[in-house]
Amino acid sequence: MEDVLATTDGIIDVHGADQEALVEILREVNEVSGHLSREQMQRIASRLSLPLSKVYSVASFYSLISLEPLGKHVVRFCQDAPCHVVGGQQVWEALEHELGIPFGATSLDGEWSLLTTSCIGACAVGPVMMVDSDIHGNLDPQKVREIIARYRGEERSGGIV
Amino acid sequence: MAYRAHVIISGDPQQAQPVTVALLDEIGLLGLSNEIEVLAATDLTVATPSIEAIVYPDGVHYRDLTPDNARLVATEHLLKGRPVQNLMVQEQAVEPLDEPSTKEVRVVLRNVGVINPESIDDYIAQDGYAALGKVLTEMTPDGVLAELKTSALRGRGGAGFPAWMKWTFARNAPGDQKYVVCNGDEGDPGAFMNRRVLEGDPHSVLEGMAIAAYVIGATQGYLYVRAEYPIAIRTLRVAIEQAREYGLLGKDIFGTGFCFDLEVRMGAGAFVCGEETALMESVQGNRGQPRTRPPFPATSGLWGKPTNINNVETYANVPQILLNGGAWFAAMGTEKSKGTKTFAIAGKVKRTGLIEVPLGITVREIVYDVGGGVLNDKAFKAVQTGGPLGGCIPEKHLDMPVDYESLASVGSAMGSGGFIVMDEETCMVDMARFFMEFAQEESCGKCVPCRVGTRKMLDILEAICAGKGKPGDIEALETLGRSVKIGSLCGLGQGAPNPVLSMIENFREEYEAHIYDKRCPAKVCRALIEYKIDPETCIGCTRCARNCPVNAITGIARQPHVIDPEICIRCGICAQVCPVNAVSVE
Ligand SMILES: Cc1cc2nc3c(=O)[nH]c(=O)nc-3n(C[C@H](O)[C@H](O)[C@H](O)COP(=O)(O)O)c2cc1C
Ligand code: FES
Repeated sequence: MEDVLATTDGIIDVHGADQEALVEILREVNEVSGHLSREQMQRIASRLSLPLSKVYSVASFYSLISLEPLGKHVVRFCQDAPCHVVGGQQVWEALEHELGIPFGATSLDGEWSLLTTSCIGACAVGPVMMVDSDIHGNLDPQKVREIIARYRGEERSGGIV
Repeated sequence: MAYRAHVIISGDPQQAQPVTVALLDEIGLLGLSNEIEVLAATDLTVATPSIEAIVYPDGVHYRDLTPDNARLVATEHLLKGRPVQNLMVQEQAVEPLDEPSTKEVRVVLRNVGVINPESIDDYIAQDGYAALGKVLTEMTPDGVLAELKTSALRGRGGAGFPAWMKWTFARNAPGDQKYVVCNGDEGDPGAFMNRRVLEGDPHSVLEGMAIAAYVIGATQGYLYVRAEYPIAIRTLRVAIEQAREYGLLGKDIFGTGFCFDLEVRMGAGAFVCGEETALMESVQGNRGQPRTRPPFPATSGLWGKPTNINNVETYANVPQILLNGGAWFAAMGTEKSKGTKTFAIAGKVKRTGLIEVPLGITVREIVYDVGGGVLNDKAFKAVQTGGPLGGCIPEKHLDMPVDYESLASVGSAMGSGGFIVMDEETCMVDMARFFMEFAQEESCGKCVPCRVGTRKMLDILEAICAGKGKPGDIEALETLGRSVKIGSLCGLGQGAPNPVLSMIENFREEYEAHIYDKRCPAKVCRALIEYKIDPETCIGCTRCARNCPVNAITGIARQPHVIDPEICIRCGICAQVCPVNAVSVE
């Protein structure tokens, strides 16, 4: 907990304790900690002299900021039209089936979160998904199974590909 | 240090990055970091979306690289000296990567893929910052405005408002502090033109913004870029740093006393933040909800101060207009829509990717000459432009010129430049449902017509797709759509009904087939189709039964199989795995 709050303080120091920087601070804290906890929001509120409700209202508005802890791997599937037209629906179902969780959920073992994203500008190779920060394109159900298996495999071999 | 070999990686930067990272990592693991240099070249690979690499001095050309096979190239080729044959481009298949098709003209994209985006010297060598120098030392703000007026440049972010007029409003607005803002939120699904400009030629945008600042009297600018574009953001930060070092940003630019500096601000995932007033709220650290207009940003924008906001592409056009003259620019395009426009072609078309064409080109020329035609030579159905707030252009308008007025006249819009091609296998009810879902999710909730209206329209569309449509649904969509358009606060609600309305107008019979005949002519809507196995063709290989996720397929080996429609969830896996194409959709 102390660590997390120290990190939060560090990020605030970089941007300045200014309401103007609120969105940037929230996004960065979220990026570093994986999600934004109540304690972190409280710390940000008191440092920026804002009511907690204000911090919460801004944090909950933006889709890249998560108020819940996410899985170890986060899959973000592009749900926008260009990817949909080229077979996104099949990939969508294959993902739910392969990970055994519906969209928006995190698996009980904390390994996977399955989220959607809006267009990431890789439409020329759609359907597209991001696993953590890697972009995978030209997906079909078979490729999805292979990619997920690869990430699972990495865990077993201790992170070395 | 002399390197033994160089690897040049090219391709879309956002997709190439994981490959580069994997390659560098593997080279490091193999202890070759001092021997091999990896360089990135961004290019405009319209024809092949693949990540490619050339290894020098051998001159071996690889394509379709992934992080995994990049590691393979490192161990096999770079370490052991054995080029990986199956990843190499076969000589006759080599296409010139950078050759624009004959219908294309590159103004905004002229430097993308040509210069190193991280080198300001490269940009200066292409006449970069010459326009800013000319403006600051030889021109008055009014002279710049006159030139812009001659060029008739219109905003590239959607509405197409004349740039010179917007700048004039901001110039004339009283205020001691003014701002210029660049809209790089690019939220339209299917649009990534701005990203490539920011990644490939960032200084052209900075230069355009500095010129705008001089004209309106601003000293501070903000570039708002969506967080989904990390490479664009990094490139911009490098560019700003270099421009400061060269004295092209900061204090006393070109020794004229003019001061201007810039900051990059990142979004955090909200489509509505592309709307100009919502964007300003977000820059100020608030929820990105639109403000009521008027007052317009030109008089009351960031922190209530006069602010000029333009799209990335609008700014990128400015330096060249001032160097070559407004008349040069106005010579391209149509009477009311001058210059060129970038589009991102996606969907069911052979060559997807980024293009730049003179306005006034026809839809047919874009689809067939630039895009190479419909994928798998299927029948063309429509093109969606203007994203989730635009509309579709059906076959009968294929020969229509692409300009602001023509697109609007058929119920579509220029938008920021998404261009999604749809073929006979695209269901127009499903597409409309899809766009409405997007608008409903992205509605910020501030005003009722948009928040509730999009939900109601989505409910109706979902029912129609699920085979539960009833008579009167089409009319209800039309009435609701008109009300939402009139009643909403910002462009999101005002545009959200457009896709549905334009699809109903052009493809009404498809809606009727769903509602009255319970049939989906494009065979997309799950509830209205059935998968069948042709007993004559089926060879009883059991592959479909083994792959069916819900065990809906029964049959004995070497005997025809059958699908139970009650259990079948219509996922289509059986059709994909069948080796003899015995599965059909009805
Ligand atoms: C919901 C919505 C989303 C928008 N998204 C963008 C966007 O991503 N990029 C953009 O440049 N303009 C976008 N706009 C248009 C802007 O509000 C504004 O008109 C534009 O930035 C003005 O620049 P221009 O005159 O150079 O086109 C959007 C408008 C609405 C209503
Ligand atoms: S629509 Fe999926 S990446 Fe653009």
